[in-house]
Amino acid sequence: MTSQYISWVTPNRDIYSRGRPTKMTESSSNKLLNGDSCHRTSNGKKPSKNGFVKNHGLFQEPQKYRRPREKNQNVTHNSSLYKKPFAESFEETPLLVAVLTYMGYGILTIFGYLRDFLRHWSIEKCHVAREKEEQKDFVPLYQDFENFYTRNLYMRIRDNWNRPICSVPGAKMDLVERVSHDYNWTFEHTGRVVKDVINMGSYNYLGFAENTGACADAAVEATEKYGVGVGSTRCEIGSLDIHEELEQLVARFLGVESSMAFGMGFATNSMNIPALTGKGCLILSDELNHASLVLGARLSGSTIRVFKHNNMQSLEKLLRDAIAHGQPRTHRPWKKILIVVEGIYSMEGSIVRLPEVVALKKRYKAYLYLDEAHSIGALGPNGRGVVDYFGLDPKDVDIMMGTFTKSFGAAGGYIGGKQELIDYLRRHSHSALYATSMSPPVVQQIISSMRIIMGEDGTTLGIDRIRQLSENTTYFRRELREMGFIIYGNDDSPVVPMMLYMPAKIGAFGREMLKRNIGTVVVGFPATPIIESRARFCISAAHTREMLDTALKATSEVGDLLQLKYSRRERPLPSLGWMAEESLLQD
Amino acid sequence: MASGQQWVLVEMVQAFYEAPAYHLILEGILILWIIRLLFSKTYKLHETYRLTEKEKEDLIEEWQPEPLVPPVSKDHPSLSYDVVTGPPSHNIIINGKECINFASFNFLGLLDNERVKQKALASLKKYGVGTCGPRGFYGTFDVHLELESRLANFMKTEEAIIYSYGFATIASAIPAYSKRGDIIFVDEAACFSIQKGLQASRSFIKYFKHNDMEDLERLLKEQELEDHKNPRKARVTRKFIVVEGLYINTADICPLPELLKLKYKYKVRIFLEESMSFGVLGEHGRGVTEHFGVNIDDIDLISANMENAVASIGGFCCGRSFVIDHQRLSGQGYCFSASLPPMLAAAAIEALNIMEEDPDIFTVLREKCKRVYTALQGTPGLKLVGVQFAPALHLQLERSSGSRDSDTQLLRTIVEYCMERGVALTLARYLEKEERFLPSPSIRVVVTIEQTDQDIQKAVSCIQEAASAILK
Repeated sequence: MTSQYISWVTPNRDIYSRGRPTKMTESSSNKLLNGDSCHRTSNGKKPSKNGFVKNHGLFQEPQKYRRPREKNQNVTHNSSLYKKPFAESFEETPLLVAVLTYMGYGILTIFGYLRDFLRHWSIEKCHVAREKEEQKDFVPLYQDFENFYTRNLYMRIRDNWNRPICSVPGAKMDLVERVSHDYNWTFEHTGRVVKDVINMGSYNYLGFAENTGACADAAVEATEKYGVGVGSTRCEIGSLDIHEELEQLVARFLGVESSMAFGMGFATNSMNIPALTGKGCLILSDELNHASLVLGARLSGSTIRVFKHNNMQSLEKLLRDAIAHGQPRTHRPWKKILIVVEGIYSMEGSIVRLPEVVALKKRYKAYLYLDEAHSIGALGPNGRGVVDYFGLDPKDVDIMMGTFTKSFGAAGGYIGGKQELIDYLRRHSHSALYATSMSPPVVQQIISSMRIIMGEDGTTLGIDRIRQLSENTTYFRRELREMGFIIYGNDDSPVVPMMLYMPAKIGAFGREMLKRNIGTVVVGFPATPIIESRARFCISAAHTREMLDTALKATSEVGDLLQLKYSRRERPLPSLGWMAEESLLQD
Repeated sequence: MASGQQWVLVEMVQAFYEAPAYHLILEGILILWIIRLLFSKTYKLHETYRLTEKEKEDLIEEWQPEPLVPPVSKDHPSLSYDVVTGPPSHNIIINGKECINFASFNFLGLLDNERVKQKALASLKKYGVGTCGPRGFYGTFDVHLELESRLANFMKTEEAIIYSYGFATIASAIPAYSKRGDIIFVDEAACFSIQKGLQASRSFIKYFKHNDMEDLERLLKEQELEDHKNPRKARVTRKFIVVEGLYINTADICPLPELLKLKYKYKVRIFLEESMSFGVLGEHGRGVTEHFGVNIDDIDLISANMENAVASIGGFCCGRSFVIDHQRLSGQGYCFSASLPPMLAAAAIEALNIMEEDPDIFTVLREKCKRVYTALQGTPGLKLVGVQFAPALHLQLERSSGSRDSDTQLLRTIVEYCMERGVALTLARYLEKEERFLPSPSIRVVVTIEQTDQDIQKAVSCIQEAASAILK
């Protein structure tokens, strides 16, 4: 996200403290760092001047926390914790682009005020829904200012969101055609269907969003047998045999002792964190954690402290200070400390530095809550999420949480962990006591798709999908990068954010892509920092090479049209090539 | 006088000359010491507090966290759930025993309705199961839009919005409007999802006694006085009353007409949770507003789940567009969660069809409720809580045995007794530590239109037998 994360692979400090003999040791420390990074990330670096400025920041960063880290150098930033290269890049926003983006928002705001003025004097027609006459003298239900953004910025490009679809959200989908005669204030469905739009937006990582095949057939059977509703909670009499079956399967899939399933992914976080921590507990949360985790942490009544995204120094500093100083004012020791991280961050495409988090958690006796909403099924050689990806032991993660919405093509969420944890949740989870249990066909869809992923159906379909997804991801990311777009995140992450920056380009990109029959997700403020608007592609195993090529071709076209190829990184990326150039630049 | 002073000065100077060197040095040092004391910082608080790395390290070594979860005794009665095999409909198989269902909120018997199933299957064959995305990002299906407009039509409101989880509906709706600094007046008996919504809103919460309009008016008056004192603050402080139509915890109805009077008198908005009354009360099943003949536009927001009468999954909010549309960008459970599986939306649409085609089912349901209500009156040792048209009643102990645990145990024995004889009941479950006002332990008795007179007869006599055997 910000400059300091760029190619943060292994910090220079390791090299210092151990005096590792590298051929570059004699050069400046700055260069050292670059050198070390480039061994690992073949592509995370760009040789521009800009890059150097940034690297200074990166280099300085560890200095700040130097003292604490010297003590536990074997804990943090030990590259040996990683079994394979951890390549993650966040190319810095070019300065000119940043300035232009701010100007864009400035112009939008000025026009917004102008149009509000016109609307106020009824010169321009106002489409906003009005409060009831009798209630005009009530305190306004929401602030006018809150809606300034909606009225004047969001409304202009509203057609890029909530696009209704009328087919399976698979690799290709059908969209309901809609037009607006009043600049997006209302939409009218023309009755026509936009056929075969390539779907780069749905979280259909393993392609299980299907209406035919083994999963769909099993779901049909479950509907016939059970119906769709349940009409009671797990604790009362809404616990079906099929729920128990699912939970045993999930536990086996994750490699944990036991698990519990819930009807909604969002609620799995927001209703279970409060059952685990409370007053006198500390939650350390990544700054980019999902809204549901934030809500859950807030509802729990614990103290919440936020560490920088995926930044292990920041996390360790918080841990050390928390334990040393105890609770604020009373200085009593914390009852427990819970680290909350996600597997793949859905807006950044980054993967959590799990080996380091686990090391920290063990060192400081904290508990770890891992939200695998996007990573379960989508990462790892066996599709078992980040733990599998890094080759770690699932027992090192205290609370394994994930959702069934994405890779499994169903709905709901789970929590897995030790038997005691699940036993406790079965009696204390808000969800188990107050919320209706999961719909049987949804449960069946998860069971069938999970069996396929595990290969328990006797085929290799599951493992093929996992492999296909990983291939597609690598291909798509590489191609986009080579075209010169700025792509965020980890090389292995199927979530591919592509930077658009300017507010006008959010709408333009979404529309131009749809013209070329490709459905993409575009996001801007407030889902991202104000200048970092982006498009997001979600790669699926169901995408064929042909579809990806079509999508890439269209993206490139639109990229040329809208001048989106911001990257100033050297295009051809043989690592040695640019290393040589870098040393040239240094000299 | 003057000469005397001069003499003193002269003498001082002379004494200075005559004084021995060591004395002067000592005096000098003392003067410097005084200066130092005057100018040095009085007390260095921070330095004494700052921990050295060694000390920190020791503290870290020393710190022992509490276990993640407290140990649970293995034989806790609610540790293992009753397992239902097969559909949880009128005839239900619990732990291998076939029973008549008096526990699932399947008021209209739509849970295994063939029409609903067929529509769900048709949708499944068209869309698959999951939506693979939130509403904003290709998670809006044409069925969702259809269901929203059907719900709005059914309720006769301008707009409706659907959520993918019943619990999350009101819990997301409240914080979408009420923010820090706002004030919410809420009934003490409000259900848990309302409580969570209140908590998430971070507003000031004022509880009034259950269904006590005088108490509510007292609070509103207090607030009015407060507002007069600080009119600038009052101009930006939103005020809400949050009530349930039929309370799930007490099975009684809110006095809506009185609430409306208070609403306009004190300019407070009303949010109404209708999970228990939607599809139950009123001639067409529109809930308490229809029951009282109140104009639905006077209620700012109505929320209900589609998991009880509608027998699907999810929830919805409905009201005027001015109110509801706001949730499309600020309802957390709407924006950040995957949308409702289309087949469940299709099932809900079909359930609405059935409700619209045959409004008699609501009359039938009320008849049954009345029958169960009358029959359960005068059960020895148990008191019936609720109104006669409520489909989910509570049976509480007439006399508490003293502790909550033993009360619960007594009621559980009754439930088990009935279950053995083929009548499925359940204890109403609560999180005892988290509930704001913990309801007394009770047995839930749910009425559905599928229960025949014999079924009701059997259940009632079973409960009475159990009560007289167990409670003596």
